Amino acid sequence: MSKVAVFRREHFNAAHRLFNAAWDNAKNDAVFGKCNNPNYHGHNYELEVRLAGEPDPETGYVYDLKKLSDLIHEQVIEKFDHKNLNLDTKYFVKLNPTAENIAIVIYNILREKINPSLDLKIRLYETERNFVEYPVG
Amino acid sequence: MVYLTRIEHFNAAHKLYNDSWSREQNEAVFGKCANENWHGHNYELYVTIKGEPNVETGFLFDVKKLSAIINSTIIEKLDHKNLNMDVDFMKGEMCSTENLAIGIWNELEQNLPSGVHLHCVKLHETPRIYVEYFGESGGKL
Repeated sequence: MSKVAVFRREHFNAAHRLFNAAWDNAKNDAVFGKCNNPNYHGHNYELEVRLAGEPDPETGYVYDLKKLSDLIHEQVIEKFDHKNLNLDTKYFVKLNPTAENIAIVIYNILREKINPSLDLKIRLYETERNFVEYPVG
Repeated sequence: MVYLTRIEHFNAAHKLYNDSWSREQNEAVFGKCANENWHGHNYELYVTIKGEPNVETGFLFDVKKLSAIINSTIIEKLDHKNLNMDVDFMKGEMCSTENLAIGIWNELEQNLPSGVHLHCVKLHETPRIYVEYFGESGGKL
């Protein structure tokens, strides 16, 4: 059998702020620039979830994409969409909500819910031009 | 008549919330957009001007100058900001995409050189939601 990758794309709109509470304002401004605006800013995030594995011989599916969509909605979109990532989610109380960290958080949430025999990869677009991928390789 | 469009973008937080209403009424009308801790978008702004090309330059207006005016008068005020809290020309206004497009038009109109006529401000809040504003005349001038 051959491995196949399947993808589901979802999106959420959220506010966030990048800052390190252990640093003073000057250092936060120097490192994070306008992303440190104390009143937050926001993005339309585009999320791509990739699952790779062998198609099931009975269904032909690697993973039912409707079920994958439902899972992403229940586990990720409902928690992040139209939220403030710093204030409204439990994941970024101490973790800076950079695209990198958001992708890792989403990976960890979904990894627990998906059969370990399937490879999982997250690609997260913060803007059309800025995006991250996790895990690497 | 020629139409010339420059596209710019900004990322901002906002919420849709009418302070004179109860929280319940805000949630009934605005749903998750009323989240008190804000949410945000990548906005795409299309500014269209109209007129006749200059005989000597062939330009309706130097688009690099148009970009500089949009950036200095609009983008610097909106990018990585909270639209409800940080923006002078949205103070006291409901922060809908409709009102933001009207606010952007009014700001731009004051800052474009005489002879440069604004035709349309098109503002995308998401790839699937946008508004267009053609000024009080509705674009009929």
